[in-house]
Amino acid sequence: MILCRVLGNAVATVKHPVYVGRTVLIVQPVRPDGDARLGRSFLAVDAVGAGEGDLVLCSREGNTARQLLGGPDDPFHSVVLAIIDRINTAAGEVRGPGPGPDGT
Amino acid sequence: MQLARVLGVVVASVKHPSLIGVRLLLIQPQDHDGLPDGDAIVAADALQAGPGELVEWITGREAALALPDTFSPVDATVIAIVDHHHPNAGEGAP
Repeated sequence: MILCRVLGNAVATVKHPVYVGRTVLIVQPVRPDGDARLGRSFLAVDAVGAGEGDLVLCSREGNTARQLLGGPDDPFHSVVLAIIDRINTAAGEVRGPGPGPDGT
Repeated sequence: MQLARVLGVVVASVKHPSLIGVRLLLIQPQDHDGLPDGDAIVAADALQAGPGELVEWITGREAALALPDTFSPVDATVIAIVDHHHPNAGEGAP
């Protein structure tokens, strides 16, 4: 799984039928501090309702994407599968947009 | 799954039977800013994309699943033509 920041979305009218009704997000791999970019951005289908600015977990592996999004023969390859609340490391805590331990 | 710019069309007369009728495109993978990501590759086309268009493409086993013959020897397929994308503040028309 890859730690990413959602930069936005890509809109397409002409697309493979299994993508109809799906949101395709532009995600940027980031370092655990949540900001520094790590390589090039890529696209992932949203499975959790993520939006711009969210810190998310992505998978670039077809089996995961197919299990979350469709049938065994659907051409999904990468998926946003979680919205991160926080990351705890020795360097400190990185907070996502979700509620904190006190519910705020 | 990634963005790419279609550079051209690849034509092959002699090819695996499962690829007969499948268009092949030369595409340059890129990020949301248009910066190239690696070298250009050849991808099958599940739609009717053409040169100059911004597209979405997938790789892996799923690339073949997007084609009429799902057991084609293909590792990259164009699966959408991008109308517009919104990295941060609305920039990035195709």
